Amino acid sequence: MLKNYFKIAIAVLKRRKFFTFVSLFGISFTLTILMVTTAFMDKVLSPDYPDLKRERSLYVSSMEYKNTKEGWMNRSDVSYYFFSHYVSTLKNVDKMAISSNPKASNAYVNNKKIVIAYKYTNADYWNVLEYRFLAGKPFSQKEIDNADKVAVISEETRKAYFGDASNVIGRYISADNVNYRVIGVVANVSKTVNSLSGDMYLPYTVSTSDYNKPDLMGPYNAVLLAKSKADVPKMQKEFQQMMRRVPIPKDFDRVYSNADPFFSSMTRRIAGDGANNGKTRVVTIMSIFVLLFLLLPTINLVNINVTRIMERSSEIGVRKAFGASSKTLVYQFIVENMILTFLGGIIGIILSLLAIYLINGANVISNMRLSMNLTVLFYSFIACVFFGLISGVYPAWRMSKLNVVKALKAQ
Amino acid sequence: MIRLQNIKKVYRTDTVETLAINGINLDIAKGEFLSIMGPSGCGKSTLLNIMGLLDEPSKGNIQIDSQDISSYSDQKLAKFRNEKLGFIFQSYHLINDLQVLDNVELPLLYRNSSAKERKRLATEALEKVGLSNRLKHFPTQLSGGQRQRVAIARAIVGNPQIILADEPTGNLDSAMGNEIMDILINLNKNEGTTIVMVTHDENMAHKTHRLVRLFDGSQVQ
Repeated sequence: MLKNYFKIAIAVLKRRKFFTFVSLFGISFTLTILMVTTAFMDKVLSPDYPDLKRERSLYVSSMEYKNTKEGWMNRSDVSYYFFSHYVSTLKNVDKMAISSNPKASNAYVNNKKIVIAYKYTNADYWNVLEYRFLAGKPFSQKEIDNADKVAVISEETRKAYFGDASNVIGRYISADNVNYRVIGVVANVSKTVNSLSGDMYLPYTVSTSDYNKPDLMGPYNAVLLAKSKADVPKMQKEFQQMMRRVPIPKDFDRVYSNADPFFSSMTRRIAGDGANNGKTRVVTIMSIFVLLFLLLPTINLVNINVTRIMERSSEIGVRKAFGASSKTLVYQFIVENMILTFLGGIIGIILSLLAIYLINGANVISNMRLSMNLTVLFYSFIACVFFGLISGVYPAWRMSKLNVVKALKAQ
Repeated sequence: MIRLQNIKKVYRTDTVETLAINGINLDIAKGEFLSIMGPSGCGKSTLLNIMGLLDEPSKGNIQIDSQDISSYSDQKLAKFRNEKLGFIFQSYHLINDLQVLDNVELPLLYRNSSAKERKRLATEALEKVGLSNRLKHFPTQLSGGQRQRVAIARAIVGNPQIILADEPTGNLDSAMGNEIMDILINLNKNEGTTIVMVTHDENMAHKTHRLVRLFDGSQVQ
């Protein structure tokens, strides 16, 4: 039975090559975009170098003041003072990686301008995050206490600034007219690991701004590491309790800051508001977007399928006359459509591999390396089944309701 | 074998009501070869379609093999057609995308028979109509007469008790028409298959056991 369906499906596909092309193009193109997007999302959301302990971590990246009476709101990153003064007192926080937002500075090497994004970090930053040192070592608490002008640079920066020099430890790199001694070189971090990627890392004590200013807002964010996965909820609760003790700034009546798991910390940045972490909002918007994106080619496919099936009314009449029930016919046409979508799926996978190869090659987002992994393939498979079923069911149902006598006369 | 009681068929559109069949009573015995004649539009094909359970009468009762099929569900009707009835059409209605053998196997797909069994039965049916050397051809590679023989093979492959033929020789020249007619006569004689045939051709009609003439939806002979 299936073999017979397969034979006829292939024959039908060969018969109207233009229709087949349009259908396959629609399916494979949509799947390609979906797969590349999923690969990108997977890259952003899965633990990635150097942030590999996500299940033990919570992320603090925003501070929000609100005046509910007047409707004012002020939102920013967090101050160093907040972390050192409040968060460091939490019992469940084992270690805390504090770093500032990257700041860009220009450097000139052989008359060529290069942009160096530098970040200030604390000493535990290097213990919480698993940076891979290609040379040298990170700066220590002692160097921080002394406000030593030392720097850890990325592999990319080494190449851009020092060229092919093999050993750069001990050499000086200049940013904003200050010379820093290079003490370590780390492997590049993808730009998708948003708050952790930088070209150069410096002790926060060399920062020109007053990091100890008793203000809650500032340029910093932090990764809080719990001792174990089980301690994470306790740590989150403790953080919330601590927030109640934080004095509310003048002119406002609420202050919000949260220690979130990774995904919520991202959604809070995009769609968060006060106590709402924006997760539902982001997930809903994204689902609607994906649904719409899948719906358009599906409707197109339904249209093409209806035309194609109606062209085959004589065959439908004959099959019914010789004993096919409506149910059997629906089954046949869905199987045929699945074959079409799976063909589209295979082409889609090939196109995606090509697209990912090109995206990686062109270095569209700095140091991001996308890959097709099992997760991506799994979601693509789901999308394929969705296509096959949705675009096959309606035309098949319409066809199965066709009156045999009319179907046979149609030829 | 087939009993039609007071069959009426009315086609309705928004403005017109057409009476295609007006109260036909007909008993067809087991093993009978019956032909139906009449001018175009007199309701011959409609009557045949009703007998073949492809169309429902507006009124009246049909019994086939002593079973009243008026209350049958789609699924049950499909099974009944598959087991008891075989169809031959004027324009063959072969599936051009499938090879001759696959075309003939078609009715067996809707039964629980293995691929091997299907192939054996289809080859046998094609041998009976003298086309055992055309198994791998596609319908478009065959002549009209050959195509109609494939269609006959498809109609007999499931060993039905009744064959309903709608102008089976209508598209063929007389020599080929006679060939097809001979196959049907042999089938009726040797296998005892009941055959109901709609035709325009007096010569063909006279070769059958009984002739029924219709005019404007009523039986006149």
